[in-house]
Amino acid sequence: MTTLPPKFVDWFATKGWSIHPHQAEMLARADEPSLLLIAPTGGGKTLAGFLPTLVELSQAPHDGLHTLYVSPLKALAADIKRNLGTPIDDMGLSIRVEDRTGDTSYTQKRRQRADPPHILLTTPESLALLVSYEDAPRIFRGVQRIIVDEIHALAESKRGDQLMLALSRIQTMNPDLRRVGLSATVDDPDAIAHNLARHPDPCPILHADPGPDPDITMLVTQERPPWSGGGAKYSIPAVLDLVKQHQTTLIFHNTRAQAELYFHNLWLANEDGLPIGIHHGSLSRDQRTNVEAAMVRGDLRAIVCTGSLDLGIDWGNVDLVIQIGAPKNVKRLVQRIGRANHRYNAPSKAVLVPANRFEVVECVAALEAAKAHDLDGDAPRAGPRDVLCQHILAVACSGPFDATALFHEIKTVGAFSDLSRAAFDDCLDFCATGGYALRAYDQWKRLKEVDGKWQLRDPRSSARIRMNLGTIFDIETLKVKFRRSAKTLGEIEESFAATLTQGDTFLIGGQIVRYEGLNQLTVEVSHQKGRTPKVATFNGTKFATSTQLSQRILTMFAQDDWPELPDHTSQWLHLQRDVSQLPQAGRILVETFPQDGREHMVVYGFAGVNAHRTLGLILTQRMEAAGLNPLGFVVTDYAMMIWGLTPVKYVAPLFDPDNMRDGLETWLAGNAVMKRTFRVAATVAGLIERNSRQGRKSGRQATFSSDILYDTLAKYDPDHLMLRITREEAMRGLVDFGRIEDMLQRTKGRVDHVELDRVTPLAAPLFLEPGRIPVFGEGREKLLQDQSAALMRDAGLGDR
Amino acid sequence: MTDHAFTFCDTHLIARADCTLWWPDARLLCVSDLHLGKSERIARRGGTLLPPYETCETLWRLEETVMATNPETIVCLGDSFDDLGAARAVDDDTRTTLIRLQAGRDWIWIEGNHDPGPIDLGGTHLGQLQRGPLSFRHIGQPNASGEVSGHYHPKAALKGIASRPCFLVDDARIILPAFGAYTGGLAARDEVLVKIMAPSAIAILTGKRALPVPLSACLKR
Repeated sequence: MTTLPPKFVDWFATKGWSIHPHQAEMLARADEPSLLLIAPTGGGKTLAGFLPTLVELSQAPHDGLHTLYVSPLKALAADIKRNLGTPIDDMGLSIRVEDRTGDTSYTQKRRQRADPPHILLTTPESLALLVSYEDAPRIFRGVQRIIVDEIHALAESKRGDQLMLALSRIQTMNPDLRRVGLSATVDDPDAIAHNLARHPDPCPILHADPGPDPDITMLVTQERPPWSGGGAKYSIPAVLDLVKQHQTTLIFHNTRAQAELYFHNLWLANEDGLPIGIHHGSLSRDQRTNVEAAMVRGDLRAIVCTGSLDLGIDWGNVDLVIQIGAPKNVKRLVQRIGRANHRYNAPSKAVLVPANRFEVVECVAALEAAKAHDLDGDAPRAGPRDVLCQHILAVACSGPFDATALFHEIKTVGAFSDLSRAAFDDCLDFCATGGYALRAYDQWKRLKEVDGKWQLRDPRSSARIRMNLGTIFDIETLKVKFRRSAKTLGEIEESFAATLTQGDTFLIGGQIVRYEGLNQLTVEVSHQKGRTPKVATFNGTKFATSTQLSQRILTMFAQDDWPELPDHTSQWLHLQRDVSQLPQAGRILVETFPQDGREHMVVYGFAGVNAHRTLGLILTQRMEAAGLNPLGFVVTDYAMMIWGLTPVKYVAPLFDPDNMRDGLETWLAGNAVMKRTFRVAATVAGLIERNSRQGRKSGRQATFSSDILYDTLAKYDPDHLMLRITREEAMRGLVDFGRIEDMLQRTKGRVDHVELDRVTPLAAPLFLEPGRIPVFGEGREKLLQDQSAALMRDAGLGDR
Repeated sequence: MTDHAFTFCDTHLIARADCTLWWPDARLLCVSDLHLGKSERIARRGGTLLPPYETCETLWRLEETVMATNPETIVCLGDSFDDLGAARAVDDDTRTTLIRLQAGRDWIWIEGNHDPGPIDLGGTHLGQLQRGPLSFRHIGQPNASGEVSGHYHPKAALKGIASRPCFLVDDARIILPAFGAYTGGLAARDEVLVKIMAPSAIAILTGKRALPVPLSACLKR
């Protein structure tokens, strides 16, 4: 039982604060081996986590690392460092706090390993790297506590699994290590507690007072939102008015490209010159730090931002949160709204701005769900084995290990508590020999067993393994710089850079720049004023809407009229009903129409992204077999759209529940979804090296596509561990076929086909969805043949 | 018709969809950059343990082509092995397959930058080969004519079509795509290749069918 020492009581008093009940309880139960705190944002959650550390360090000197703090975001580590500085300086405590992330300098990192601070703030990736060093036992000697902040954002993710595996290593080095998890409000706290605790230890859960309900409204303007599009440009005058009326506003966007465009348009209309900044993950570190510092000083009236500001950053002055575009997910909406008004017990204020008319419907449904405290959840899953393979390699980097001891250590991780010895041995064999059916060569060994302990065959390979640690699968990006300047403006995706030619303009960091050329791996640009930019399409992160929201929307569609919606949106729904139909529960609505020279088919299933992706695979396979030449498809939570070369006249046979599995296996094996999944799993497991920059720099043919490895394995070693993992992961992303068969069985004969000559109101937003999945069939071959013939003819080479 | 026939230096040639070049009048089959033993070399040097099936897969494909064309001469245009160590480390299966492929034919190993030395696997070992108007070598030379080479692993993409290995052909030279299973590629419009090829060059895409397109119509990536 720990109580607040007088020094701390005085400090709270001088601040005019009183300790929150959950902060006091965290202190009182500081000795629990693991403890999970669920508190709303702004509830003093972080201080609640650190209070026991500060008290312990103020009472007894400690040599080396006392508390590890892990957050999913680099920016959060920097923010916490600032915030901890206040009580430490005010009370004159001699506590050293440092952060260690991908942004930390090499010298600083070296020094931290030799002389660790009392409190180290870090990310799961940096921690995994630390644990892989030979001197890990010395670095982590004497660690008392680990605080995992925003643990809800790490739960059910590979980053979280990687973190908990690293934690199991540190726990073995320090059996008395205490674990603390800090989480926002979630639907299933027990699942998070299960992942946090050392299995099978119990993990008590503390619930802070959730505070008053937030004040959320939807922006309704005179100006009508468009039918489709994600820019919400129409809302700019109204949003500027809101910014003027509040002290500090955060303006959230779902994608970086949208944030850039909105920021640009906001400044064009910003006649009063209000100080407004931008913050997202593609900007350079300097730019992000500047904006964060300006925000802390209170210099900014608004920040246009994305998910990089999403998590728990404690900026006290924010009194309004604006969400541009539908929030897609009620949990995220509630957490974002938590950004506003960090005074405990004052309601947070938020305004939703739908970007198009379908989003008006989504926003209204999300508002109802938030008011009903209807949070969406994910199904729990077993720990993924690609992460396990990576962990085994990382452990080997730190020194020789005993397989049985490691197996038992891994089983203390909640997500891996059901791991069988056979499954572990499979992963170990993969790490050691590649795990191939064919054992051809002696040199096919990464690990070898010496005197009962496993170790790296070649100690030099540890550097390569460390370089590939991590579970975030980054899209290759290129740095953007002004010519003859050392300063990085930000990064763009390589695929976007490839579409640029000299003279093209695009937005980055709120300014329009002109593409000049590629120098090594840097995109060189020059200043460009006053031209309309070509839109940057980098990082269109796709968010899945929860099934709950889909169901609420479907219920709304069944109404005769929509008095709760703005006039423009209810008129839009009436128009959809006039030209086609509104989707209904228990039936499948299918619309077909030509657009941009391709035949389109839209299926409104309202069954969620995963079910639609599965259905997309089934339908495209049947269309391919029927000679309908599908070219690709895209899915949302509400609908799926397939485009191809041939119009679909008879829809019903495609939805026939019988013989659904015929030919499906082959179709799936060659599918783009499987290959994408394989690439991620094989990279995480260490089969493919992600840092192939060396090869790319030489400009040569050093690297080859992971699709080749997938095809080779599928042909020669179909039961290989990587393929088994790929199938499992892909099936997790897909809904199992049994459920789709059931769905088709239920709706048999109730497929409504509407043939149209143009796109419908409800289908329009689908044309802007990211994440299109190509279908590699005869359709694509025909296109290529036509294209080849036309190009040769145009070049006057028709006869060659 | 899945192949593309064309005339080069008054010679009738066929670019096959399977990345090989067939000269029917000479009954000569040319194939480049097999990179046999690539996974073995990477494993030996402490890299990742790639599936050890590429040698088997590459030779299986080559055997298919040999059965289809029944050549008198087979020219391997260099980089047949990923390094000389990989050539020395071939297993018995590979050796047997090579002997079977070589039986009754002239087999010519052209030296490449990856395999610059002699290989103890049958066949004739040459720096380059002249046959009629055509000269076969691994890396193309400036100002050459009638030249057939490899080395660059050219590949090309069109709008809406992901990149595929391709032949590059102008009036003076042909660059072959890489045949090996584990090979990447260099974009046909990369400045290295643009400097070598004439502006009027064509790229012949491989895959299900061999399809010619003007090089200038290919994407830069």
